[in-house]
Parts: sequence; C-alpha cells; structure tokens
Amino acid sequence: MLQFIIRRTVGAVVTLFLIGAVTFFLFVAAPSDYASLACGKDCSPQRLEDIRQALGLNLPITQQFWDFMSGIFVGRDFPTGHCTAPCLGQSFYSGEMVWSTIMDRFPTTLTLTAGGAVVFLVVGVGAGMIAAYRRGSVVDKVATSASMVLSSFQIYLLGPIVLWIFVYSTGWMENPGYVPITQDPWGWFVGMLLPTLVMATIFTAQYTRMARSSMIEQLAEEHVRTARAKGMSRKYVFFRYAWRGALIPIVTVLGIDLSSMLGGAVVTELTFSLQGIGRLAVDGAIHKDLPMTMGVMLFGAFFILIFNILTDIAYAWIDPRVRLS
Amino acid sequence: MSSPAKAEGSGPSVALEPELEPVPEPAKGETTLEGRSPGQLMWQRFKRDRTGVVCAATVILYFVIALAAPLLTKLSGTDPYTLYGQDPTYQDSPVLDDFGLPLGYFGGLSGSHWFGVEPQYGRDVFAMLVYGMRTSLFMAVGITVLMMVTGIVLGLIGGYFGGRTDYWIGRVTDFFLAFPQQLFFIAFMPVVTAFFVDPREETPTYLRAVAMLIVLWLLGWMGMARLVRSTVLSLREREFVEAAKVSGASPWRIVRKEILPNVVTPILVQFTYTLPSTILTIAFLSFAGVGFVEPTPDWGRLFANGAKYTEQDPAFLFFPGLALVIFVLAFNLLGDSVRDAFDPKSGR
Repeated sequence: MLQFIIRRTVGAVVTLFLIGAVTFFLFVAAPSDYASLACGKDCSPQRLEDIRQALGLNLPITQQFWDFMSGIFVGRDFPTGHCTAPCLGQSFYSGEMVWSTIMDRFPTTLTLTAGGAVVFLVVGVGAGMIAAYRRGSVVDKVATSASMVLSSFQIYLLGPIVLWIFVYSTGWMENPGYVPITQDPWGWFVGMLLPTLVMATIFTAQYTRMARSSMIEQLAEEHVRTARAKGMSRKYVFFRYAWRGALIPIVTVLGIDLSSMLGGAVVTELTFSLQGIGRLAVDGAIHKDLPMTMGVMLFGAFFILIFNILTDIAYAWIDPRVRLS
Repeated sequence: MSSPAKAEGSGPSVALEPELEPVPEPAKGETTLEGRSPGQLMWQRFKRDRTGVVCAATVILYFVIALAAPLLTKLSGTDPYTLYGQDPTYQDSPVLDDFGLPLGYFGGLSGSHWFGVEPQYGRDVFAMLVYGMRTSLFMAVGITVLMMVTGIVLGLIGGYFGGRTDYWIGRVTDFFLAFPQQLFFIAFMPVVTAFFVDPREETPTYLRAVAMLIVLWLLGWMGMARLVRSTVLSLREREFVEAAKVSGASPWRIVRKEILPNVVTPILVQFTYTLPSTILTIAFLSFAGVGFVEPTPDWGRLFANGAKYTEQDPAFLFFPGLALVIFVLAFNLLGDSVRDAFDPKSGR
C-alpha cells in the first residue's frame, strides 16, 4: 500500500512537471512573440520592449522555465516584492501573485464542488439505486425519464431559467454571490444555493442513470444469484452485496468529475458570475496572462492526479480482490 | 460491450431469434438456413426499436436543417447578420422599443421573425439559430471523425503490436488524460490562434475554427484509443487471427480484414456518444468567450448572449434552448438504441 502510494506520487510529480513544461513551452515558444500577445492590438515598439524587460522575456527560455519551476519550491524575488513558495509567478495582467489569487478564489469553487457532490451523491445515486431496486415500477419510470430529460439540459441553459424564476421575476432571492463562510454562514449558504443546486441537478440526473444501470448489471451477477439461491432476502442481498460492486463505475466517474470541478467549475461560475478558479482561467486566457494560466493549469492537473490515486485506493477498498500493484 | 463471437456466427443467431423475420416455412424435408451479416442483424434489431427510429429521424432532421440553413432563411426572409433594430432600412417596421427590448409578445415573435429578435441589436433569432446549428454541427462532425481516426489508429497499433510500442502509446495516452480538459481548451485557444495569426490583427473566423479543431482534437482521442486497444488485445489471441497469420497474411491485411471489422461495433457506439459531447464542447468554448465571437452565428454564442439578456428578455433563450435539449436528448437515446441493437444482451 505504502509502496503503491509512493510510486504513484512520484509518477504524479513527473506528470505535473511535464504538463508544466508543455504549457510553458507552448506559450513561450509559440511563433508569435509572447510580449506582443500581452501587449495587444495597439502596441508601440517602445512599450513592447518595456513589457519584455518587465516580464523577464529577454532571458533565455530555459532560464525562464527554470525560474518558474524552482520558484514553486523555494520562492522567487520580483521587482515588486518577494513571492514565497509555492510561488507560481506573478500575473502579467493584474500584477498580483498567482498563488495568492488562486487561494483567494478557491473557496468559491470548493463550495460549489463540495455542495454539489453532497447533493448528487445522495439524491442521484440514491434515486438510481431505488429505481434499480424497484425496476419497472412507477418510481423507476419517473426517475428514468426525469433523469433522461434533465441530463440533456446544460448548466448555461438551466442557470438563466432558474435565475429568472427565483431572482429576476419574483425577487425571492438575491443575486448569487460568494460570502466567506467564516464571515457569514447564512449568507454563504444562501449566496451559493442556486449555483450549487443548478450544477448538482445536471449531475444528479447523470448519476441516477449511471447508478441505476450499474446496479441492474450487478443484480444479474452470479454471486448475487448464488446469495439469493442460498435463501438470503432480496433486500439483504441488495444492501450487502450488490451495491458494493455497483459502486466501482460510480467511483471512477466521481473521481473524474470532482477533480475537474475543483480545477474550475467554468460554466457554473460564468453563468452565475462567480469568481472561482474557472473564471480565473477564462480571464487568464482572454488577457493572455501566462503565469496565471500556468498556475491554474497546474492546480487543475494536481487535482486530477490526486484523484486518480484516490480512485485506485477506493477500488481496493470497495473490492478486496483488487490488488494495488 | 459486444463480444466478437456475435460478429462471427451469424448463422446460429438467426435460429435463436425466430421472431426477427418470418422465416419461410421450410419445404418438406429441406431446411433453408439464411446467413446474415452482423450489420444486417443490427439493422433489423434497430428497426424494431421505435424510440431509436424516432430519435434517428430527429437527429437527421437537425442535420438537414443545418444543411438547408440558407434555404430556410430565404423562406423566412431574414439573415443572421442584419441588425433589424438599428438598420435604417427597416425603420418602417420597428422590432425594438426605446429600451432596446423586442416589441410584441415572447421576445418579439412575428410573421417575419419566427423565433423573435435579439434585444439591443434586433437580429433575427431564427436565422441565428439555424446558421449557428450549421456551424456547430458540421464542425463537430469533422472534429469527431478526426478524433476517432486518431484513436483507432493508435489503439490498433498499440493493441496489435503490443510490447514496447504499446507501453509508450499507453504512457502518452495517460499523459494527455492528466490535462485538465476544460482549462486546457480555454487556455490554449489564444495560443493556437497565435500560431497562425499575428495577435495584433483580427482573427478570421476560419482560423478560429481551425484553432478549435486542433485544441479539441489534441485532447479528444484518448478514450477511443483505449477502447480500441482493449478490444484488439482480446481479438489478437483468437483462432481466426492465428489462422490468418499461419496462412501468411501480412500484418496490414490481418488488421484490415480480420481485426477492423470486429472493432466496428464499439467504434460506432462510441461515435454516437462522442458527437453530441463534441457539439456541447464547441458550444462551451463559445460560451466561455474563447470560441467563435461576434458576429459569427453559433449555438454556444446564443447562450452566452442569452445569459446576458435573461433579466430583461428571458424569451430570447427559449428557442435555442429547446432546440438544444431536444437535440441532446434525441442523440443520447439514439446512442442507447444503437448500443442495444448491437448488443441485445445489454438490458436497460
């Protein structure tokens, strides 16, 4: 187990390094001069030179890359001040430190992810399991068709509809926004309620469908039939044996979903004008802000790799036959 | 996933499903056994699935609408670029009020503007929608085909040749899978665009399309490669491949004649699932503001604008949204039907 974690962690660090390298060199070594990207449409040669100087773009590319990578571990010094480790550089656009900006925005994204996950795991997986248990019943039919229709909706479509119903036309709720939970727990809850629920609705529908089909598949397995043949009740077999196996595909998708959400719930954040990691990525891309983009990419990739490892550990925990080797 | 066994034994499976087609009563003493290809079997099963047929018809209808967009807008007499609210030519028939909001009911529905008009500019929603569908659908088909072909080729190579080749293709696949997909799409659109055009100049629309194609392609082939590889791995050890090898067939011939026909099923099923998700990704890029920009009509851009107008004019989103929900729903159901048709064992 420990060996597995160590080996996978080393692999993850190497992958992160490679992702950083690819992102960096694609950005910097792109035939278009990076400074002119940052400078925009109306750019004088003098200003271009200034930008180059300020961004350290006159240094050799390998030197720039080394500065960036080593900064993550030991910190860096900028003309505007020191950046403590983990230093992801300084934004070209706003001049702020990338790491502190990310940490600033992260609670919003974390709230969305955690709140959404609670809803779609409890409601979605629960509904799917019940539908599978009562296959063919009215409950099953309602759950199946509702999830089918809802999963065809998109956040950018459901979001405006919900906003219009609850905020614009009736005024029942304030425009959503993030308030730190430490400051005002109630404000935090109310402010994030609509975005979280809208995002969770779409995911709930997908998880219902998945949990149902995976459970039905499990119920057709031989070990389930054997248990039933031994005289165990349907309920007992369902809750003791079948659900364990049904969890495997759910955990796989959950790992992917959570990691991508933590790296920025882009659509939800844009739809509800929240300032999260995803918004940061979009702004970084639009302003051609290399350090910010690098930072967000590495941050997102970090979650993907962590959740890959966690998913594999979860497999071993769910199914004792799985060996971590 | 369907097993290759089905693909081979077409004879016996006919006998297993007598209700498939009324087999003519065998004449006295002789039995007629008719061979059917897996494709024919699949088609027969699919035809009986009413949901599947309706959904297939819906999807085809969308493609026809997209193809016939210029024709349809000629019928409605509108086009997606004219600002009916600001153009002095249309002063006699105003579509917007003093606040820039559509006149009339439900976003300004009228005989000349079937789906209403856009607030502020007064552009025709119907024309923007059909042209936007055209952009999205055809780009998505191109990108999906490209992703599929890449995945199939890499999966075939890795699965068939195995060993070191397979190992390295696997590592590259893992590496690409570790990229945060959405963030990558957003971050690399400007970079890829910068490869083609000086950032100080306006980017032509076709270059945006090319940039989108490259970005989506780069991160879209891995699922297919893994699927094909695992299927090929199990096929490689089977007797008919060995027989072909023994009889001196070249690797190319074995891949083409023995393996590829047996991988078609999972590829087709995967295709019906990938195409709608590609369409949604293109829409996502435009929604995030890094895909198509004004004034190119695009489905995703309609939603970005719709989100802006919701407070004043919620009706704007109605038709584009309804069209999208029906389309995705039909495509998802179609995917399930195609899967069921190929693999009768998979119960839903």
